Amino acid sequence: MKILTGNDLGTGDVIWWAGDGWSRLVGDSADVGDRGDELVRAEEAAQRVVGAYVIDATVTDEGIRPAHIKDRIRALGPTVRPDLSLKPNDADAGNWVI
Amino acid sequence: MYRYDSYDQSIVDARVEEFRDQVQRRLAGHLTEDQFKPLRLMNGLYLQLHAYMLRIAIPYGTLSARQMRKLGEVARKYDRGYGHFTTRTNIQFNWIKLADAPDILAELATVEMHAIQTSGNCIRNISSDQYAGVAADEVTDPRPWAELLRQWSTFHPEFTYLPRKFKICVIATAEDRSAMRLHDIGLKLVKRGDEIGAEVYAGGGMGRTPMVGPQIRDFVPEDEVIPYLEACLRVYNRYGRRDNKFKARIKILVHELGVEEYKRQVEEEFAQMKVLGLNPPREELDRIRPFFANPAYEQGLSDEIDRGDPAFALWVDRQVATHRQPGYAIVNISLKPVGGIPGDASADQIDLIADLAEHYSLDELRVTHAQNLVLPHVKKADLYAIWQKLDEAGLAEANLDLIGDIIACPGLDYCSLANARSIPLAQKLSERFASPDRQKDLGELKLKISGCINACGHHHAGHIGILGVDRKGVENFQLLLGGSGAEDASLGQITGPGFSEDGVVDAIEKVTDIYLAERAQGERFLDTYRRIGMKPFKEAIYG
Repeated sequence: MKILTGNDLGTGDVIWWAGDGWSRLVGDSADVGDRGDELVRAEEAAQRVVGAYVIDATVTDEGIRPAHIKDRIRALGPTVRPDLSLKPNDADAGNWVI
Repeated sequence: MYRYDSYDQSIVDARVEEFRDQVQRRLAGHLTEDQFKPLRLMNGLYLQLHAYMLRIAIPYGTLSARQMRKLGEVARKYDRGYGHFTTRTNIQFNWIKLADAPDILAELATVEMHAIQTSGNCIRNISSDQYAGVAADEVTDPRPWAELLRQWSTFHPEFTYLPRKFKICVIATAEDRSAMRLHDIGLKLVKRGDEIGAEVYAGGGMGRTPMVGPQIRDFVPEDEVIPYLEACLRVYNRYGRRDNKFKARIKILVHELGVEEYKRQVEEEFAQMKVLGLNPPREELDRIRPFFANPAYEQGLSDEIDRGDPAFALWVDRQVATHRQPGYAIVNISLKPVGGIPGDASADQIDLIADLAEHYSLDELRVTHAQNLVLPHVKKADLYAIWQKLDEAGLAEANLDLIGDIIACPGLDYCSLANARSIPLAQKLSERFASPDRQKDLGELKLKISGCINACGHHHAGHIGILGVDRKGVENFQLLLGGSGAEDASLGQITGPGFSEDGVVDAIEKVTDIYLAERAQGERFLDTYRRIGMKPFKEAIYG
């Protein structure tokens, strides 16, 4: 599947296109098919997102998983600071990245 | 320390208000990201993997206690309670909100700090020796020169849009603690008779095409250093490769022209510059110098240190350096705890170090390119009290220049340019080699890790260097041996095929085993490598 990600203009938070708006959870991502570039242009023009781009992802038992490690780290947070990640209570969350 | 005059303060304040307006226009949708990006970068505000990152300049690595305290305040109030000291002796905050950036810069301006020229194709923060002003063997104090260069390069209209970024380092000792020859221009202050001047090195650097800067002048008299640098930069500005970002640094120009031709063009330009009267007036250097006069050292202090506590004695032996003033010492504070993140300091640690600087180091501290901190003016009688306070805060690691004193860039955990994670690897290595006895036995061994070819972790200059690469979406680590950023500067050579994260840890252990087996009396790792070459190491690693 193709999903769309970027950073929130004001906070810089990593965000994912959920079909009708942006979410901070990669698991909420919508498959944008071949509409990715069009969405990037529209959402950046509306000043809702910065640096948006389309990535490949797969659906796994654990949910949506970006194909590239860089995007998995973006989805979780720094693997060396689990306390600052989106899963601060899951000591093994970093394994999902690798 | 240098203190801003009204001119310094007014230009920094004006820049804050200008940026505040730009941020407001961006948030209101009046500026697009394409329009705004170069403006935010000029103020040190990057967009990284997880958030905006603010890089704050620490000129020649020097901070007062109140400046350090302000950094702790920024960490606590605007970030997530910590900061990261970098190999450029700056500090970065990783979790900044765009709307907060102008307020942060306004707060920094109240303590004479800013983020100007910490990004962009301009002259970046000037770097220098962390022992400047206190090293026993220095020819002169390099800080007034560094400050003069800071003032000269700040908002220099001709050098605001260079082909690429430009880094200058100035030192004044034979021992190079600042990787001087791996800068775009390195100045080594020297004495010729009674006259002070500079040896000039140009075209050094790391990144994807590492070069050790060749000497282009053996002596530039003090009064002519600025016009000579103007000439160096003019030639670069005119002929640097603006057509190709990856070939745009001065090192490529010097390499492609050849050192002799670059020198010839610089000398030609210099001859024209000299008659224009562009030298900064001697009075300006004379105005700056008193800010760096010796502080009020107490006289007649004892040089005795009570070494009764073995853990303290171990720390003294490793972390304390000779000060030129009797009764005083230089304290190196390691930001490399076993299993920790190199260069990171919590807000509480930052506050503590500010307090230590204020109470025990004549209100001053330094940041090193190896991502450690220095208290430059400590009475030997106070060392034990300082060590106890550092120990309580997890800052008393005794590993300066040992294998545990790892330089690591933020890597793929934070950086949008990175290909691999540097920090987890640094953590694994520091745990593998955690034993103080083992580290001591291995002796000086500088291990440096970069998460991509841009080499922010100085892997080319590591006795052992590691470069993280992306191999079909999987992290892979190349191993290099034989680099040095010191006065014996050299570039590391790749051993061969890369490794997984665990594989490179094992490979380094094999490398150190070969060193221990082969070393001659008194040889550092680097010396042994240079004597016996790559072959035995390669055989041990790859079988």
